[in-house]
Amino acid sequence: MNRLLNVSSSPHVRDSVTTQSVMFDVLIAMLPAAAFGVYQFGFHALLVIIATMAACVLSEYLYEKGMKLPITVADGSALVTGMILALNMPADIPLWIPMLGGVFAIVVVKQLYGGLGQNFMNPALAGRCFLLISFAGKMSSFTLDGWTGATPLAQLKAGQSVDVAAMFIGRIPGTIGEVSVIALLIGAAYMVFKKVISLRIPVTYIVTTALFVFIFGQHDLGFVAAHVFGGGLIFGAFFMATDYVTSPITPKGQIVFGVLLGILTGLFRLFGGSAEGVSYAIIISNMLVPLIEKFTLPTAFGKEGKKS
Amino acid sequence: MGLATFKGGIHPYEGKELSENKPVQELLPKGELVYPMSQHIGAPAKPLVKKGDRVLVGQKIGEAGGFISANVICSVSGTVKAVEPRLVVSGQMVTSIIVENDGLYETIPHFGEDRDYTKLSKEEIRNIVKEAGIVGLGGAGFPTHVKLTPKDESKIDYILVNGAECEPYLTSDYRMMMEEPEKIVGGLKVILSLFDNAKGVIGIENNKPEGIKKLQELVKDEPRIEVRELLTKYPQGGERSLIYAITGRSVNSSMLPADAGCIVDNIDTVIAIYNAVCKQTPLIRKIITITGDAIANPQNFNVKLGTNYQELVAAAGGFKTEPEKIISGGPMMGMALFTIDVPVAKTSSALTCFTKDMVAAQAPTPCIRCGRCVAACPSHIVPPMMMKAALKNDCAAFEKVNGMECMECGSCTYVCPAKRPLTQAFKDMRKQVAANRRKKA
Repeated sequence: MNRLLNVSSSPHVRDSVTTQSVMFDVLIAMLPAAAFGVYQFGFHALLVIIATMAACVLSEYLYEKGMKLPITVADGSALVTGMILALNMPADIPLWIPMLGGVFAIVVVKQLYGGLGQNFMNPALAGRCFLLISFAGKMSSFTLDGWTGATPLAQLKAGQSVDVAAMFIGRIPGTIGEVSVIALLIGAAYMVFKKVISLRIPVTYIVTTALFVFIFGQHDLGFVAAHVFGGGLIFGAFFMATDYVTSPITPKGQIVFGVLLGILTGLFRLFGGSAEGVSYAIIISNMLVPLIEKFTLPTAFGKEGKKS
Repeated sequence: MGLATFKGGIHPYEGKELSENKPVQELLPKGELVYPMSQHIGAPAKPLVKKGDRVLVGQKIGEAGGFISANVICSVSGTVKAVEPRLVVSGQMVTSIIVENDGLYETIPHFGEDRDYTKLSKEEIRNIVKEAGIVGLGGAGFPTHVKLTPKDESKIDYILVNGAECEPYLTSDYRMMMEEPEKIVGGLKVILSLFDNAKGVIGIENNKPEGIKKLQELVKDEPRIEVRELLTKYPQGGERSLIYAITGRSVNSSMLPADAGCIVDNIDTVIAIYNAVCKQTPLIRKIITITGDAIANPQNFNVKLGTNYQELVAAAGGFKTEPEKIISGGPMMGMALFTIDVPVAKTSSALTCFTKDMVAAQAPTPCIRCGRCVAACPSHIVPPMMMKAALKNDCAAFEKVNGMECMECGSCTYVCPAKRPLTQAFKDMRKQVAANRRKKA
C-alpha cells in the first residue's frame, strides 16, 4: 500500500438521517392535511400549494444564484416553507398572493438573516402574517361548498355554538391545511414515529391553551374542544411551533416555549380583536427563544446538586 | 424495571457479527518489533537498553518516567536494533526500542510460573502491577497501578469491570469472556483483595448473552462478585456512563471515579492483572480485532505488543477490496491511520478497515437546530451552543455552556443530520481550555 489513506477526527460513522431526509419526512407528514384540503376545497387549493412551493424554491434559487452563494434548494427546506405557507391560505386566494408571501418568507425572513438555521422567525408564518396585514380581506374570506362562512372560532367569538365532530373531520371553513384535525394527527403521528419531532412542544402548547380557555373562557368541555380543534391550533402545534430553527433546543426550554405559546394563544383568542391567535403567538414566542434557552441550559451530567 | 443504563446515547450499526464468533488465534511476529516509550497517559518511559543488547521475553526495556507513567516490557527475545523515533498510531514520532526477533522466545527467570496472590501483601500486588507495565487497555491507557492506589482505599466500595464493549465492530473483550472467563474473575479477585470494603461488578451489554451466562455461572459462588446486564447502547462503556448505570452515582469532568467510590477497569486490563500477579506474566500481548468490510477474513488475534499492523492484516487474508479508511480502534472513538505501518501498542484494540469513508462522503451543512445531538449527549450538554463558542474560538463561552463535560464520545456527531464535525471542534476546544488552565495553575 503506497497511497495515504483518508484520515479524519472520530467518529468515523454517521447516521443515515440527513437534513434532506428530515425535510422530506415533514413534507410527507403534511400530505394527509394537504390532500384533505384539495378534496374539500377543490382544484384551486392544489394550484395554491404548487404555486407557493414553486415560489419558495425559485426565490431561494434565484437569491442564492444572484448572491453567488451555494445553491441549497435540494435540502428541501424551501419546499417545507412553501407547503406550510400554502396550507395556511384560504383555498380560493388569487395565486399571486401566496406566491408573494413565499418570496417574502424565503428572501426577507430566511435568506437575509443568513439562510437555513439562521432565521429567528418561522419563515412561513412570518410570510402569512405579512399577507394577513397586507391583504386582510382576501386572507380571511373562507368558503366551503360555495358558501362563504365564518370559521368556528369566529362563530364562538360571536357567541354561537359549533359542531365539534365536523371540526374533527374537517367539514368547516378555514385555510387549506388547518381544517381536518384527523388528517393533521395522522401526519403528526408519522413525525413522532419517525422521531422528527418530540411531543414536548405540541403537548404543552395544546394542554396550556385548553386550560387557559377553560379557566378564562367557558367552563365547558365543548367550548374547550372547539378551541383545541379549531383555528389551526393542531396544525400550529405540530407543524409550526416545532420548527427546529425557531424553537428552543433545550428540553426544558421546549416546555417553557409550549406553555408560553398556550398562554399567548388563549390571550389573543379570548381577549384580542381577532378570533384566532396561533400564528401571532408562534412568531412572538420565536423571538423569545434565545432568552428561553439562556435560562433553561440543562444541568450537565454529574453536576446535579453541585455548584459549578 | 428496565436494564441498567444511562440517559442519552445512540444505537449505531454494531458490525460485531463479522468477528464475534472467531476464536482468538495466536499470531507470532515475523518482522522487527517496535516498542514506543509512550503507550500510556503520563510521562514517557525511559529506555533501559541500547543498540546491540540482547533482550528476553518479559524483560523490562523501558522504565516508568514518573509516578504517572508505565514500564515497557519486551514481548520477544532477540537483539536491540535501534533506539529511535518511530511513527505510532496517533501520527506522532515517538522514541521507540526496535527489537530483531530471534524466534526463540527465551524468557526471563520465573516467567509464566504460578503464584498465589493470597500470600502477597497489598504493596506487593500493587508493585507487581506497576512492574508489569499495565495500563488501561480499553483505550485510555491510564497507568493501572495509579488507579489502584487511591487516596483513601477504604472509601472504594465498587470495583467495576467494564465488559460493555459498546464500541461498534470490536469483539476482543467478548472473545475473552468466552475463552478466558476464569481469568476475568481471577483478576477481579486480586483487585478486591486490595479493597476490603468493595464489591465487584462485571457490567456486560445485553448483546452478549453468552458472555453474561458464562460469567454468571463462574461467579455464582463468589459472594463479593456480581454480573450485571446492561442495555446495549453507545457509549455504555464510557467510564461515567458505566458508573451511573451500575451504581446510580454520577461523576463529572472534575472528579475521578474514586471520588464516587469506584474503580473501573476494562476486561482485558483485569486479565492483564491476573496474568501479572498469578501467572508472573507482564503485559506483553493484546487481543486485537481485525475487521471491517474491506478485510477478507475478519478475526481476533492474540498479538505480541510491538507487532506491525501490516502483519495482522496479512494474517486476516489481506484486503478483499481497497480500503478508503482504516481506523485503529472502532469507528466511534478510534483513530484514523494514514498508513498501517505502525506497531500494536498497549491501547490498541482493533483495526477497522472500511471500503468507504462516510465522513468524506458527506459535506457539513448548516445546523438546523433539530436537537438530535442534545437528546443523544450522555453528558446532558448542548452541542450547538458549544459549537457556536468553538467557531468563535471563545474558550470562556465554551466553558460556560459546560463544554468541558464533553467526553468526546462522538454521539452528537453521529446523529447530526447536517453532518457537522462537532466532536472534532470540541476536542480542539477542550485541549485549549485545559492548556489555559495549566498555564494559570
